[in-house]
Amino acid sequence: MATIDMPVREALNQAIDEEMERDDAVYIMGEEVAQYQGAYKVTKGLYQKYGERRVIDTPITEMGFTGLAVGSAYKDLKPIVEFMTFNFSMQAIDQIVNSAAKQYYMSAGDISCPIVFRGANGIAAGVAAQHSQCFAAWYSSVPGLKVLAPYSSEDAKGLLKAAIRDPNPVVFLEQELLYGTPFPMSDEAQGKDFVIPIGEAKIEKEGSDVTIVTFSRGVGLSLEAAEELTKKGINAEVINLRTIRPLDRDTILSSIKKTGRVVTVEDGWPQCGVGAEIAAMCMEDDGVFDSLDAPVQRICGADVPMPYALNLEEAAVPQINDIVEACEKATYRGK
Amino acid sequence: MLRAASRLSSHRAARAILTESSSTSSASALLFSKSAPLTSTSSSTAVIRSFSTLHDISAVDITSDSRIYAGDVPLPLTTDCTIFEADDVPTGKYPVFRVMDENGVIRDSSKGPEYIDPNLTEEHAVKMFRTMARLNVMDNIFLNAQRQGRISFYMSSQGEEAVHIGSASALDNKDVIFAQYRETGVLMWRGFTMSQFADQCFSNSGDLGKGRQMPVHYGSRALNFHTISSPLTTQLPQAAGSAYAMKMEALRNGKDRAEGVTVCYFGDGAASEGDFHAAMNIAATMNCPIIFFCRNNGFAISTPVADQYRGDGIASRAKGYGMASIRVDGNDLFAVNAATARAKELALSENRPVLIETMSYRVGHHSTSDDSTRYRSTEEIKKWDTEDNPIDRFRRYCETRGWLDEETVQTIRDEEKINVLQALESAEKKGPPELSTMFDDVYKEKTPELERQEAKLLEHVAKYPERYSGPI
Repeated sequence: MATIDMPVREALNQAIDEEMERDDAVYIMGEEVAQYQGAYKVTKGLYQKYGERRVIDTPITEMGFTGLAVGSAYKDLKPIVEFMTFNFSMQAIDQIVNSAAKQYYMSAGDISCPIVFRGANGIAAGVAAQHSQCFAAWYSSVPGLKVLAPYSSEDAKGLLKAAIRDPNPVVFLEQELLYGTPFPMSDEAQGKDFVIPIGEAKIEKEGSDVTIVTFSRGVGLSLEAAEELTKKGINAEVINLRTIRPLDRDTILSSIKKTGRVVTVEDGWPQCGVGAEIAAMCMEDDGVFDSLDAPVQRICGADVPMPYALNLEEAAVPQINDIVEACEKATYRGK
Repeated sequence: MLRAASRLSSHRAARAILTESSSTSSASALLFSKSAPLTSTSSSTAVIRSFSTLHDISAVDITSDSRIYAGDVPLPLTTDCTIFEADDVPTGKYPVFRVMDENGVIRDSSKGPEYIDPNLTEEHAVKMFRTMARLNVMDNIFLNAQRQGRISFYMSSQGEEAVHIGSASALDNKDVIFAQYRETGVLMWRGFTMSQFADQCFSNSGDLGKGRQMPVHYGSRALNFHTISSPLTTQLPQAAGSAYAMKMEALRNGKDRAEGVTVCYFGDGAASEGDFHAAMNIAATMNCPIIFFCRNNGFAISTPVADQYRGDGIASRAKGYGMASIRVDGNDLFAVNAATARAKELALSENRPVLIETMSYRVGHHSTSDDSTRYRSTEEIKKWDTEDNPIDRFRRYCETRGWLDEETVQTIRDEEKINVLQALESAEKKGPPELSTMFDDVYKEKTPELERQEAKLLEHVAKYPERYSGPI
């Protein structure tokens, strides 16, 4: 086998398929996941292969099917809950935050909750305030949850398989805008044993002048920004977090120690965001604090509900140029 | 008085749902006649209660075949343990199934068709009585302990003991319980020890929950009793999931019947949450073998049911979900037991949910954070406590058979009091949970970040030992 290009959607599908084949306690449920094969076709072919007992179309009730899935995880099944988009997970957030995340602790280790909550998260195009927002910061503030955010097809497959095998509740944040994007899949990634460890960030591009810490769609933007920066003589290091909780402190902090400068990039809002957490980490670690040569720069979504009009939406969402400028500022090359 | 029961006569056919044999599957299930004519229902003394206003009992027709429970609405009484199908429900109010009246009288089948004796053995009956007495004694002592500042919080079950023991005794420990918080007697019946209750309430080193949950948020995997979830109603969809998982497990093993039923308890107030609808609908559409067990005790903290719903209680909602349901007198231990046993058989044999609504009265305050005399009269509380006390009802039944008398009842209560006090004192002496357990069980394996935080904490405590007294 050689490296092939595969869209993220297909990589996700492969991950679910392989894990359902591997373990018959795994099942998937959500709105339109079975006969319609998923609103974004992530579950294509699974209903035909595994039947209605393991690929379940539910009534339109996030509270109901999420709660049912959580209860079935208490009883040793391994559900994958598909939220058509994570915006709708708000209707089930009590089940995720107050039950799934805390059950193992509250029961003193008696009852675990091996479950994956997955679906499209983050900004989308032209769908405005209620369908276009990032929940990474929300879920990553909750002890008991693990939060993953893949960027590429390899990320998507390897991390989703890890999430399904993990004995803890995992929130798996996909990005609608990337579903159709093809990424190279290595030989190894095409195999059934390809699992990416949770809690490890990936250095997508090595560099020496500034560290860009980002995840999901931000990785693509940052890599493009890094290319432009190269032309300007700035060698940026790009870190793809992959896991938002637990954060890979070692990779993040040692990179910042090396470069002395850091820019964070995310689509979510600034207050208490993932970038804010990275900034706090820099302040709290003596070694990193001492090595900083410039203030931390954060690129976030604008602090407004997402507007609909194209020009407004564009202005509310991080752009490549924003990242380039922030890196120039951090390296004192800017205007 | 409303004579709503007579309107049920056209629904006689609906009662053929369950066969007599279906109620005998559980070893502890009690037997009842399956079809009693509704036209000749109880001539027992029906004591009229009210939640918002008190009725003059002397003005009430005690031979009535209806009675007021929660909501100040007269409800028809029936001795027929029919679980109504969604497509064949009563045209009027849902009748209240009961076999034992306020005086503990069960009509012998030879004296009339409406009642038969539940054929309880003395040993089993006394065990039931003792468990109800133990629950009641524990509640009183723990409430006092809270008032004395020895525990921070408590929730009692006074007035609902028969709901707990009646239902728990129709189940076995393979059946899975998702409780709200006022089902302590169910856990007690399953074998949770007095020490385990006390240790949990004191949050000490002996607490199975490692000091993580508020008092009365018990849980025991060994007894298939899920840890209590404080937010109301979250347990309902989860219970449907448990039932679904057990059904799936059976199917995977080539069986068409789950090993046990899931029973999910909740209150009349919890039924107003959105999760209630979500759970009913998903359990029905996914054919989950589950009993949704509503304890209608008249109040959600201070809110009377009159402000909680406009329909006919909770049982009537089942029709909308295509679900079978039955309403039961919650102070009648036998009726609760019989309905639960039948519901279990129906749920397991046909893989579908059943809704039970028990009508009772919360004699105690909502919790130790509540003073219920601010929204209901002490007279009303006392009336229920003295005139329709579920423990007294059952005690009278036992006394009639010579199984209990004043002396044995006192002995039982004294013995239980000693047990509770001993457990309380012993719990109080046990130290608190170790500090180093605080970071356990957040995840299956401690994350590097948790290890870092734990190390920092322990380092800090080691540095200032004089500031920290607990075990590390």
